Amino acid sequence: MNLTLGIINNIHDWLFGVMPEGMAAIVEMILIALVYLGIFSVVGLFLVLMERRVAAWFQLRIGPNRVGFQGLLQTVADALKLVSKELTGTTKADKFLYNLAPYFVIISSLMALAVFPFTKDFQAFDINIGIFFLIAISSIGVIGILLGGWASNNKFALIGAMRSGVQTISYELSIGLSLLTMVLIAGSLQLSEIVEVQKNGWLIVQGHLPAIIAFMIFMISGTAETNRAPFDMVEAESELGAGFHTEYSGMKFAYFFLAEFINMFIIAAIATTVFFGGWLSPFGLTESIPWLGVFWFLSKTLVLVFLIMWFRWTFPRLRVDQLLTLEWKYLLPINLVNMVVMAFIVWLNLTIQF
Amino acid sequence: MEVTSVNNNFKSEEYCINMGPQHPATHGVLNLLLTIDGEIIKKVEPDLGYIHRSIEKMCERDSYQQIVHLTDRMDYLSSNINNEAVCLTIENALQLEIPERIKVIRTIIGELTRISSHCLWWGVMGMDVGALTTFFYGFRDREMINDIMEETCGARLTMNYNVPGGLMLDIHPNFVKRVKAFVAHFKTKIPEYDSLLTENIIFQKRTKGVGVLSKEDAISFGASGPVARASGYSCDVRKYHPYSALDRVTFKESLMTEGDTFARYQVRIMELWESLSIVEQLVDNIPEGESRVKTNAVIKLPKGEYYQKVETARGELGVYIISTGTKSPYRLKFRSPGFSNLSLLNHISVGGKIGDLVAIMATLDLVIPDIDR
Amino acid sequence: MTNESLKEVINRFVPNLEFSEEGSQFLNILVQPGQLHRLMLELKSNNGTYFDYLFCLSGVDWGEELGVVYHLESTTHRHMVVVKVNTQNREDPAFDSVCDIWATAEFHEREVFDFFGIKFNHHPNLKRLFLTEDWVGFPLRKDYVDEINMIIK
Repeated sequence: MNLTLGIINNIHDWLFGVMPEGMAAIVEMILIALVYLGIFSVVGLFLVLMERRVAAWFQLRIGPNRVGFQGLLQTVADALKLVSKELTGTTKADKFLYNLAPYFVIISSLMALAVFPFTKDFQAFDINIGIFFLIAISSIGVIGILLGGWASNNKFALIGAMRSGVQTISYELSIGLSLLTMVLIAGSLQLSEIVEVQKNGWLIVQGHLPAIIAFMIFMISGTAETNRAPFDMVEAESELGAGFHTEYSGMKFAYFFLAEFINMFIIAAIATTVFFGGWLSPFGLTESIPWLGVFWFLSKTLVLVFLIMWFRWTFPRLRVDQLLTLEWKYLLPINLVNMVVMAFIVWLNLTIQF
Repeated sequence: MEVTSVNNNFKSEEYCINMGPQHPATHGVLNLLLTIDGEIIKKVEPDLGYIHRSIEKMCERDSYQQIVHLTDRMDYLSSNINNEAVCLTIENALQLEIPERIKVIRTIIGELTRISSHCLWWGVMGMDVGALTTFFYGFRDREMINDIMEETCGARLTMNYNVPGGLMLDIHPNFVKRVKAFVAHFKTKIPEYDSLLTENIIFQKRTKGVGVLSKEDAISFGASGPVARASGYSCDVRKYHPYSALDRVTFKESLMTEGDTFARYQVRIMELWESLSIVEQLVDNIPEGESRVKTNAVIKLPKGEYYQKVETARGELGVYIISTGTKSPYRLKFRSPGFSNLSLLNHISVGGKIGDLVAIMATLDLVIPDIDR
Repeated sequence: MTNESLKEVINRFVPNLEFSEEGSQFLNILVQPGQLHRLMLELKSNNGTYFDYLFCLSGVDWGEELGVVYHLESTTHRHMVVVKVNTQNREDPAFDSVCDIWATAEFHEREVFDFFGIKFNHHPNLKRLFLTEDWVGFPLRKDYVDEINMIIK
């Protein structure tokens, strides 16, 4: 990592050497954006493959294993197929909004990716209100879904979009409150700071009982936020055909599809950062080798991603009213009480520190 | 064309969507015209006939041996039982004495068909409420039955195993061994079904108290099979009008009283156990004897009317033949269980959500070719 | 209840009933179209007969006449009976609907209407069920011809 960091610094110096300052800053931003786009697509494609293999494992199947070694290139082939497909749409659709919608979804998830510390100093944008930024960004995605469903001029898509609106607005609350509970103990909104705090023990250990409750609520509402089963009311293929993206095809559909997987990754990454010490190794095993942080970060995240996939391939889907009952009558009150408990624990210094 | 007629009595906040003919939840080409207020269902109107082949008209043209093969294509998931129904009607009309061996084999095959049908239903039921994994579990066990059928009947879905006068061919030498292996295998798998789906809290929340059908309504709507038995209406044809070897086996009629979607689900799970026990009782002592009784090459039923009921996986199948003494029936009517069960869909799903309708549809276990005969 | 005693009870419900058991395993009752609904209501509501389960409703083209055959069963007494009603009128055949007595009749009568063109008075939603609205003719009638779709051997 030191070497990489050195290269990055060299590029930074070189850019500012050969160009005027404003120009160099813009070029640098573009370069970083390209790197993140690369990460984005690789993560997206890998997660799709992982989902299919995990699903196959749950369902007594083998899954894709023909294209490339163990099917590693399967999703690349799928992406190529989707790129080459015709973009269809309904004639009476609101063309502008219809075409805009996928970008809302994909850009919001791409932006969220920027604030995660993959390891020490490997972070595009270490904003001091990181958690707040994440919550804010994640609510933009739903606008894309609403727009897509509305502009498609399809009743199934519209029902899906409306469900999505209801669902995301409700579960946003639980995500925010459960993260806020953890902010109480971390004492900062900045993600790098939150990871720093966990050098004395992961927050889920530090905050013990309320932290575990907050984690469970976060995972439930995170699954709901990404519209994945058992909360996939938005798509609900047995009820609505394909839900809000019924009328999308080709690459526009792929944007929705990729965004879903990236969002899942983001939820798992937030959980990793806030509850499981981010890129920190367990018991400080590899603290002297900072670049291993990427390994730890990704493996923790993938375990949580696996958990979310496990939900999907085991549970039946909730009904839309049960979904709202769960949020407003159970998760929200528990969350509020939990926050007060956490405040007391922090105030009375009952946290577990190593 | 029918959409417009619905349109006329719209209130401003209601709208109409077409669920089907190509929709994952309708399991075939069934079109449901839903009138919806937000998520709440106000009216369900089935639009049928997408795959109507007029089997009843074709029967008036064909000979009795040919008719049997058409019945496979009605309720293709219980094709053997459909065959059996027609064969029994013809045999009763001819007053043929059917040897014990044929009766026992028919019953075993019939019950295996029922298990296979319920396996598929269970998989699809899970899928309809959103648990996609169940589908593969159901198919894993169904596959074993299909293999047995393939070995004995030569086909996996439309078996054509029964013919008037007995069976097409005798059973395969491996049949008994493989059936026993299946019974032993499946006994360990039904508890797996329970732990995967039945005991799941989300599944129970989705199905309990949804689509409640009272006993009176069940009778009035002519419901039969698991749908009716879940409402406490004891209607098992195998009990009340036993046919083939069903009069010598002991089994319990699966009855529930709740009448909701979960009860219909449980009745079918109970039926899996009962069918398994019937197979177990019969498979060890299949009598020796002929597998087919000689009939005339051209079967002519005496003048008269014949009615035979059998219990398919979906309910009561009736075969009503009016014969004038010629080589083909004057009129043949199939009373299909799915058709009557479909007629109560509107009654039990109004007021529910779209998700409820899907769950109800799944437990009615409709097979569209059975409705569109 | 045996067929004999059933016959005795039912005979009191409405006049001009014809009974026969010839060539059928059930007791057959032939009723005049005008008396159909009255008889059916009585069969359902009378405690002695209590035929609450209409398990089969079929239209039949008897050649000269068009008819409907109702197969009834009682879920308490477990006896069965067949009611038949015929009409000579092939142009505009019509019977009274029984869907107020048995809800299942609604779909079955629509099927009969679709294939035989028999109308049912007071039916709440009598229209084509399987065939399209613009279909000409009634396919299950004996005199129906369709040279394109039907293969006659």
